[in-house]
This record gives sequence, C-alpha cells and structure tokens, in this order.
Amino acid sequence: MDNINIIFKRELNGYFSTPIAYVFIVIFLLLSGVFTFHLGGFFGRGQADLQAFFTFHPWLYLFLIPALSMRLWAEERKSGSIELILTLPISITDAVLGKFLAAWAFTGIALALTFPMWITVNYLGSPDNMVIVAGYIGSLLMAGGFLAMGSSISALTKNQVIAFIISVVVCLMFILSGLPMVLDFFNGWASQTIVDVISSFSFLTHFNAMSKGVIDLRDLVYFISLMAFWLFANIVFIEMKKAD
Amino acid sequence: MNSVEISHLRKDFGRFTAVADLSFTVKQGEVLGFLGPNGAGKSTTMKMITGFLTPTAGTAKICGFDILSQPIDAKKKIGYLPEGAPAYPDMNPEDFLNFIAEIRGLQGDIKRKRVREVIEKVNLGNVAHQSIDTLSKGYKRRVGLAQAILHDPDVLILDEPTDGLDPNQKHEVRTLIKNMAKEKVIILSTHILEEVNAVCTRAIIIANGKIVADGTPEQLEAKSPQKRLDDVFRSMTM
Repeated sequence: MDNINIIFKRELNGYFSTPIAYVFIVIFLLLSGVFTFHLGGFFGRGQADLQAFFTFHPWLYLFLIPALSMRLWAEERKSGSIELILTLPISITDAVLGKFLAAWAFTGIALALTFPMWITVNYLGSPDNMVIVAGYIGSLLMAGGFLAMGSSISALTKNQVIAFIISVVVCLMFILSGLPMVLDFFNGWASQTIVDVISSFSFLTHFNAMSKGVIDLRDLVYFISLMAFWLFANIVFIEMKKAD
Repeated sequence: MNSVEISHLRKDFGRFTAVADLSFTVKQGEVLGFLGPNGAGKSTTMKMITGFLTPTAGTAKICGFDILSQPIDAKKKIGYLPEGAPAYPDMNPEDFLNFIAEIRGLQGDIKRKRVREVIEKVNLGNVAHQSIDTLSKGYKRRVGLAQAILHDPDVLILDEPTDGLDPNQKHEVRTLIKNMAKEKVIILSTHILEEVNAVCTRAIIIANGKIVADGTPEQLEAKSPQKRLDDVFRSMTM
C-alpha cells in the first residue's frame, strides 16, 4: 500500500511538472464545452439536466484517454527507467496500480473542473442533482476503463504513437459494440444471446444508464471487472515483455 | 556476512545464448571487476542478478535471499546503477532521490539527512534543483550513482559507473567506491582496463557468456609476458 502511494504521488506530480496536465485539462474543458453547447444543444433542449454534456463523454475519452495512457509504460521502456523501477524493492503490481491510479486521479481532476457546467444548469433551472452525480460517477468509471486498457496496451510497446493508435482502436471497439448500427448487423443472423453479449461489452450500454441517473449494480460490476481484467493483463504484459 | 552467490546462471534470447552457465561467488570486501567485450553478457548478467531479467536457468543469492523466490528481500539489499543511468528526466535530482528514498523505506528526518549526505558525496549540490533532462552526461551518471548508494546497501552493482565521466570525475567515483569497499560486496562492469587496477580486488573476464579468466588483477597480468592486462584481455576474448 505504501509503495502504491509513493508511486502514485510521483506520477501525479509528474503530470503537473510537465505541460501535459495543462494541455490535457484545457483541451478537455474546451471540447466538453463545445460538445455540450453546440452538438448537444444544451440550451435548445430546454431541460434542466446534463444529458447533453454526458452523451459525448465516450467520444471525448476515445481520443483524450489514449493520449494520456500512451506514455504510462511506453515511456518507461523507451527511457530505460523501467529497469530502475523494477529493480527497486516493489512488486510489478504496486507499480502498475500506482501509475494507473495516478492517471485516473488526474482524469478525475479534469472531470471535476467541469463543475461550472453543473453550476450553470442549477442556475438556469432546478435539475435532479442526484442524476448528475450518477452521471459523474459513470463518467469517472468509464474513464477508468479506458485508462486500464490504454495502460496495458502501452506496456506492449516502446513507441507511444503505436500505443495511442492501438488504444484508440480497442476503445472504439468497446464503444461501437453498443451502437444500433453494429447490433443491427448482428441481429440479422446471430442469435439474441450473442447480440446481448456483444452489446453488454459496450461502454455505451453501461454508461448511458448511469448518465440517466440509474446506478445499477451490474454496471458497476462491469466497469470494475473491466478495469481489473485490463490491469491484470497489464501486469502480465510487463512481466513478459519488460526486457525487450 | 554479505555475499552474492551466482549459480549456473543462463540466459537465452531465442536461439542466442547471451549468458551460458555462469557461476561465481563474491564476498564482502571484494570489488569485482566484470570485464568483457561489448555483447559478452556483462549487462545481461547484472540484469539477472538485480531481478530485472528472469534467467532461463540458474539463480543468484543476494546475502542469502534468492532473487527468484524472495525478490523483494533480495532487492532491498541491492543498490543498482543500470546501464546508461536511467532516471525520471522531468524530476530534479533532489525530488528524484527523495522518491527513491521513500521506496527504500526511509522517512522523515532520516530521509532528508540521507538525501543531503548522498548529494554531497557525489557532488550534485549545484544542480540539485535543476531538472534531470537538462543535466550533462556526467551529472546524470552521478544521479544514478547517488540513487544506488542512497540506502547504504550491502551489495552494490554498477554497470559502467564511470562511463561518460571526465578524468576528475572518474577519480572521484573510484575513490568513492574504494571507501565503501570494506563493508560491501561490489560488482562493477567496465571496458576500461586501468579501472580494474585502480579499484578492483578481483577481475572476471567473460566472453560469449562464459568466464574465461578469474583472479586478482596481478594474477591476470601475470598471464601475459609483458605483464599487461590489455594483452591478457585481447588474447582471452578474441
């Protein structure tokens, strides 16, 4: 636990000692504003909720999270510092969790900085704030899922660009598998069970429910097991490929 | 008694055998110079002893702890300077050393005192607050060295500790190593043969992953008619 905490602190400070943090936060806030007000038609909808804001989060994360996660392990491998960290008296699990949690906390900070949105909607009307809280929890969990995937893919390569592209593709698959367009394609010939399995793997299916204010245990289990699975894969990948 | 026992260590990369059945023991007070041409398996061996690479066969015991079955205990005993002295370039030496100290279990006043001592020992004082990626090669190497000796380890493993240093810095590092030699096990790799005479009490020459000579620098020199280590090295590794 101590070791995770030490790695966590170093990593989180690392974001703020480079321009990464500021660039990421500014772009995140800018894009989420543009999406909410232009594409989402926040004002036109005339409803006191943040649906227009949350709907675009999966698409926002699709590019921003891999940009954050690509460096997690690829950079350590490129600079050789992976040799330093793995010969210190800590386990690979500590290192993986510490780095992941720091990246997750960082996206949490970026997400928290969207609070003016919340204030705006409360100023203009009287929204159900519990629905908004559920939306934020869902968004944070989804960010964690994307990050765990990205972190594990980053462990497979020294090249951050490759890590970015592969992460975007994998994340895209996890989003698309819930779209009607994709499901209709399977509906024609596959059994209902297979269609359900495919759609149940999607971020959208689970996130949409939460962004509407429904916190279902199944959705929580989905996101948490997704993170656990990818982080476990991350540990295995490092063990396998640390010296390449 | 501190020691490093290496038994039947082997590492294959696909079909290529980098290290083939290496066995030797280094005891406290010994400074072992690990010599060999590029690609002989020096770094690979050090990476296995420090637990970074998993050996294909064999193992290493650090002060009695097996690096494969008790990795955390073994790693606590080791201070390691990897090849090229990697660090986190966006940190400054002081923050970096504080981070390593915390991982090594040092806290509070002891941590601060120890970090200060080490910065002084390797002369990092005037760059302690400058980010590591702006430092010269020599300073980076010293940051790596500081990191390795920070917790006063029983076993020091240094991969080319004087590479990239100017003659004065080389002299300082060698003095530092000699001063620590008594109570530690020290293994260092080098290309520089004069270094062996300067600091080592024992030298092992490896070529193609095998030991081709093992003895005190004097014993090795005696193998050549001119009493020169260069000649011995050439004749053994060509």
